[in-house]
Amino acid sequence: MRSLILKEIDELIYGSLGIIIFISFFIGGVVSIQTALNITNPLIPRNLIGFATRQSVILEFAPTFTSIIMAGKVGSYITSSIGTMRVTEQIDALEVMGVNSLNYLVFPKIIAMLMYPFAIAIAMYVGILGGWIAGVFGGFSSSADFVEGLQLDFIPYHVVYSFIKTILFALVIATVPSFHGYYMKGGALEVGKASTTAFVWTSVVIIILNYILTQLLLG
Amino acid sequence: MITVENIHKTFGDTHVLKGISTTFDTGKTNLIIGQSGSGKTVFLKCLLGLFTPEEGSIDYDGKTYSELTSAEKRDLRQEMGMVFQGSALFDSMTVEGNVMFPLGMFTKQSKSEMQDRVGFVLKRVNLIDAHHKYPSEISGGMQKRVAIARAIVMNPKYLFCDEPNSGLDPKTAILIDNLIKEITEEYDITTVINTHDMNSVMEIGEKIVFLKNGIKEWEGSKNEIFKTDNEAVTNFVYSSELFKKVRQMYIEERN
Repeated sequence: MRSLILKEIDELIYGSLGIIIFISFFIGGVVSIQTALNITNPLIPRNLIGFATRQSVILEFAPTFTSIIMAGKVGSYITSSIGTMRVTEQIDALEVMGVNSLNYLVFPKIIAMLMYPFAIAIAMYVGILGGWIAGVFGGFSSSADFVEGLQLDFIPYHVVYSFIKTILFALVIATVPSFHGYYMKGGALEVGKASTTAFVWTSVVIIILNYILTQLLLG
Repeated sequence: MITVENIHKTFGDTHVLKGISTTFDTGKTNLIIGQSGSGKTVFLKCLLGLFTPEEGSIDYDGKTYSELTSAEKRDLRQEMGMVFQGSALFDSMTVEGNVMFPLGMFTKQSKSEMQDRVGFVLKRVNLIDAHHKYPSEISGGMQKRVAIARAIVMNPKYLFCDEPNSGLDPKTAILIDNLIKEITEEYDITTVINTHDMNSVMEIGEKIVFLKNGIKEWEGSKNEIFKTDNEAVTNFVYSSELFKKVRQMYIEERN
């Protein structure tokens, strides 16, 4: 079981770091530029760019936006890999051998996804870094103003809130696609359909859960 | 020995198995034959415990499956080997990994002991140089051999095969049939094969159960199938011109 969990961490988390870093860097940069371009009043301090980037990235872009992307990347992978095993009777083979197939296939994925907050922590860091690079090297803000904005009115609970969301999103990303893959019926075409359905439902659950958690934890 | 007593299985409004009773003897290759949709696969899945019949019982050497606890059922399943129609090899594992999988799950053998055992069974099914290949890198016949190796690696008491030679050329199909027969006799296994391949019936059918619309229409040996007057059996078995001629020659020779 330990080797299975390590394999899943490699495939689900480590294998997704590239896309997470890429997206976070540019999203952070865009947030920084958009904020700068919308500050037209000279009375508004320039440190708002760093402040807005930090808040946007930590509260929403890193945990929620990245999770929607992961629902597509990791969720589709989970549904299609388990669904293909169903179609090709590999799950039946596990059952005949006396292996609890649900436990064997899904449990390691749930445990592996508990590492997801580490990926989101990287997304937060890279997102803010992207914002800083875009803001400073784009000529929208000085480095000192940006860093001052990053430190302005920082509430550590916002990071806690963000990680609580991340853990729950990780469970959704592991379980909803697994359900759609494990209980699918049909052939190769249905594997594709199940992957699409799994992505849609995972995204819907994440967005609704995001609303409920924000209301409960920050409202 | 497997004893099946009056089993019924329905899916919604469809009554698939309608009171089948039979026995499958130890050390023999027992064949289930019948047309597509006759209930062969459902019957085999009931024997494997993948489907639970609504009525009737299945005994494995005196142990009634429905009366076993979950732990006992798990133990019994470890005594079963299964060769699926599409081989059902794990794509992410090599040939060696596939065959080693049950050993890793259910025994406390060291890696070298497991490798020895895997090497032995792969040699038994005449696969020597494929240990580190993935299922996608080997032919259909080799995949079937790997599936057989995986099914016998735990020394099962019961071996089930769902159309083991479907999709294979006639020569490879006969090799696979003979391999299953040899293994059955060598290890004294109760083997049940689901097939509609008449070559298999004539080659290895020591006991044949013919299903039609979920009912056991006929049972007997491959020699008895030549003599039977059961119209459903003769229409099914001798549907090809070749087999019609073979039967005609047999009858003429006997007379």
